[in-house]
Amino acid sequence: MSQSYNRGLIEDFGRWKEFSAGMWAWIFHKFTGWILIGYLFTHIAVLSTSIGAAGNEAAIANETDVYTTTLGGLEGLFLIRLLEVGLLAVAVFHILNGLRLLMVDLGIGLEAQDKSFYASLVLTGAITVASVPTFLTGVGI
Amino acid sequence: MSTQQAEPETQEAPEDPEMKGAESPAAEEQKGGGMVDDHAEKKAELEGETVHLKVFRYDPEVEGKQEPRFDDFHVPFEKGMTVLDSVMYARDEYDSSLTFRHSCRQAVCGSDAFFVNGKQRLGCKTQISDLEQPVRIEPLPHQEVVKDLVVDMDHFYDQMHTVEPYFQDEDTPPVDDLDEQRQSPENREKIKMSSRCIWCGACMSSCNIAAGDNEYLGPAAINKAYKFAMDDREGEEIKEHRLRILEQEHGVWRCQTQFSCTEVCPKDIPLTEHIQELKREAVKKNLKFW
Repeated sequence: MSQSYNRGLIEDFGRWKEFSAGMWAWIFHKFTGWILIGYLFTHIAVLSTSIGAAGNEAAIANETDVYTTTLGGLEGLFLIRLLEVGLLAVAVFHILNGLRLLMVDLGIGLEAQDKSFYASLVLTGAITVASVPTFLTGVGI
Repeated sequence: MSTQQAEPETQEAPEDPEMKGAESPAAEEQKGGGMVDDHAEKKAELEGETVHLKVFRYDPEVEGKQEPRFDDFHVPFEKGMTVLDSVMYARDEYDSSLTFRHSCRQAVCGSDAFFVNGKQRLGCKTQISDLEQPVRIEPLPHQEVVKDLVVDMDHFYDQMHTVEPYFQDEDTPPVDDLDEQRQSPENREKIKMSSRCIWCGACMSSCNIAAGDNEYLGPAAINKAYKFAMDDREGEEIKEHRLRILEQEHGVWRCQTQFSCTEVCPKDIPLTEHIQELKREAVKKNLKFW
């Protein structure tokens, strides 16, 4: 028969302004999930310095072992402090939206799914802002 | 009053840089029965409030429309005018080649689902006055365009038929002396919303997962399965059979609860809720504690 025209994925990211709450929740959940997985690998890398530090009691007591100096060096960087705030925001949103998805899976409050998404955003913002003083104390810029 | 205003311009045809606004009206007139004469003069005659439509055009058989473009129409506004009314006016008065499906005009037949201002809507159920202008009318996304606003629904219908959308029961249970299959009011209430589906395809078109996974049953088909799986008059065996279809890889588990389908459904069916309930049914069927 006659040909037809495939418009491709025309509704996708180019139309982000028209996305609904549920769509944004989905995108943010995927995005924060990937960030958390990425963080886990850097986390393992940092923690693995403790293997080199293990056993050297004197260095640990003096706080000159590899693990302590690595962590101390990282925590001295302003960028790392900022990233920590970001990590908290990402983790909190992922947790809260995860709870929201759990409710959705259980069939509870599906008609309020957009409100629960906005609530998890607001709560994430509040917790993140509240965490800033803690994360940025004594930062040697 | 009826004013010729088929003034097709290339609004959005990035694929076709050669399509000039000046050329398309000529092609349009010949196709449209040669009713168009002086655009400029007639445009000045337009009185009263008008609606500015931008309509997606594509026709593989007409030169100049093989590359999709957007045509502009200015139709006189009337109180209570729907999107369907406006495109019908444009077709009847300006360009008879403008093609779209429609039938009942009262949100029952499910023929006229369009992509209006970035959202899947039923043309006959959408008031022009609720929309921002210009009103952008496109065929349903994620389906092949056959002509103008007409999309190929075959795949959608295939998915609908996959879930065996008909009542199945081997024998009629005897209820007293009546050969009736009675349904309790509670059970009827449970499947009420799911039975409202008019097969318009808006949900399937809005679903991101269905766009990426052609085998995904899609919200409409799953909702249809819900209607029968939850019907008490069907036996346990047939319900299990239905769940076996649904619990497959491209069945209910593809749904990622974006709620896109629920947002766009013109019949307000809680599609996501139904899909989620079937997920739980599928889990319950397979859970064993030993």
